[in-house]
Amino acid sequence: MGKVMLEVKDLKTKYITRFKEDVYAVDGVTLQIEEGKSLGIAGESGCGKSTLALSLMGYYFAPLHYTSGDIIIDGRNVSTLDTDEVRREVLGKEIAYIPQAAMNALNPTQKIIRFIEDVIKVHKPEMTKPEVYEMAKERFHILGLPEKVLDQYAVELSGGMKQRTVIAISTILSPKVLIADEPSSALDVTSQKMVIKMLRDLMEKGYIKSMIFITHELPLLYNVTDDIMVMYAGQIVERGSAKDMVFDPIHPYSKGLMGSIIVPETGTREHELIAIPGTPPNLKKPPAGCRFAARCKYATPECKIYNMEMKEFGEGRSQRCRFSVEHLREVYANG
Amino acid sequence: MAKELCLSGKNVTKVFGFGDKKTVAVNHVDFDFHVGEFVSIVGESGSGKTTLAKMLLGLIHETEGEISFLGKPREIKGRKQKREYWKEIQAIFQDPFSSYNVFHKIDAVLLDCIKMRGGKKLPYEKKVEMMTEACSFVNLKFEELTNKYPFELSGGQMQRLMIARIFLLKPKILLADEPTSMIDACSRATILEMLQNLRNEIGMTIIFITHDIGLAYFISDTVFIMEKGNIVEYGPAEKVILNPEAEYTKRLISDVPKIHEEWDLSTV
Repeated sequence: MGKVMLEVKDLKTKYITRFKEDVYAVDGVTLQIEEGKSLGIAGESGCGKSTLALSLMGYYFAPLHYTSGDIIIDGRNVSTLDTDEVRREVLGKEIAYIPQAAMNALNPTQKIIRFIEDVIKVHKPEMTKPEVYEMAKERFHILGLPEKVLDQYAVELSGGMKQRTVIAISTILSPKVLIADEPSSALDVTSQKMVIKMLRDLMEKGYIKSMIFITHELPLLYNVTDDIMVMYAGQIVERGSAKDMVFDPIHPYSKGLMGSIIVPETGTREHELIAIPGTPPNLKKPPAGCRFAARCKYATPECKIYNMEMKEFGEGRSQRCRFSVEHLREVYANG
Repeated sequence: MAKELCLSGKNVTKVFGFGDKKTVAVNHVDFDFHVGEFVSIVGESGSGKTTLAKMLLGLIHETEGEISFLGKPREIKGRKQKREYWKEIQAIFQDPFSSYNVFHKIDAVLLDCIKMRGGKKLPYEKKVEMMTEACSFVNLKFEELTNKYPFELSGGQMQRLMIARIFLLKPKILLADEPTSMIDACSRATILEMLQNLRNEIGMTIIFITHDIGLAYFISDTVFIMEKGNIVEYGPAEKVILNPEAEYTKRLISDVPKIHEEWDLSTV
């Protein structure tokens, strides 16, 4: 077992709306990532995936508020630091975050090299501008980005190139954890592949020590990450290795998600596309008992009463459903 | 296939700009779409698929070539002709958030469709009945939607409401330009299912534009592959995707992550 890079214990965060209502978007998430590993987070829109990503940075701004739990990056608890310390010591250096529309974050009036200088100025003030340029040039070269990008403006780059540039900038200080929130969902398939390859390169060459990858595209997760975690209504419902999760999902929600996979392979046309009816619950008032019960076709009235914890089964796998693994497997096998 | 021709094009070309800045977006393209067929047009960004779609819709004029509708050359010069044409061809666009007028309530959106189909003078109860039927076709509840504004819905719901519109209008052709690229995989399954229902129950011809070759394979009868304004390959979905001939098609297929085969990242 490798060194644990990121450990999250029972993290709870909430949004406070204008009307002082609480929205429990991340409700008791526990996870661990070892050095050199990547973890994928899947789930529908509105399940709290992106909020989890924001919460993991340890950097909270209204309306998002921290409630309880620990975030430990490489042995250091960052959830107790105040925002200034987080900005100075954690962001960029320990943990880097790539939001969904990262490519729109580039200021069109500045050259790409200026953004890198900006990052370095805060974290390594002793470096001079030519040194920064050299370092950036080398890093871009290794990652397969043309060096001339450094002297270009964001508007001169294509969407895929902008996204890759943003990734290169945010990982320039070799952070321990990279959180990529749907980094490729706004791109076409060819650019998407380039972005994925770059993330893989970053991992293989050791520039980032571990990665959390958030997306709703399951075939993508299957190809990129070691483990997959499925999130529903602010909670984790199942975790396991990518292969187990895709071919042998246990929780009814994961099962439903896997039913929506479409790939250009023999057999895809024959298999029936099964959509999960309904929408995720309103997290202002999370339902009692299993949160998925209202949409689950295997649910019984008891499901809405008992609140279940994650149960371990098999190697590195756990799930939250009330029923036993054997029972669920049998139900799925009988259709 | 002995089916009737629905929409066909000969030598359709669109050129933007002049002289040095000339861009040939669609380059002498021929195609035949039949009645009741589910056609996909696949290509990467900049391959001209949306330009072709806009020409099919009559939003921009073709520089060269001719588009025929139901066997006759299409006449859409005047405003009246265009209105008549748009009764037969409707579209769903990529971004549901910018497809609606934010000042109009959902009722107005649906009432407009009834009006366009000549139901302006119907009693209100009848209209409500029609709207309820359309909403239930896409698994939405009209009682929950009435008096709401489009921005109160989620992306998937908005896109479904678009399909409810199409259900009311019952055009001969539906042109769907990347209708699923901005919504998550789970709602995507619902949208695809509804498009299939439209085809199976109403016999609509559906032209589906996408960059995801997996989707095209799953849903369509015929696939057209576009590269830089040219159609490089077309035919039944099984043949094109499982036994591709053109290099470009092979590349597109290799760009999509799969689950039963290894995804080769070295070919970027």
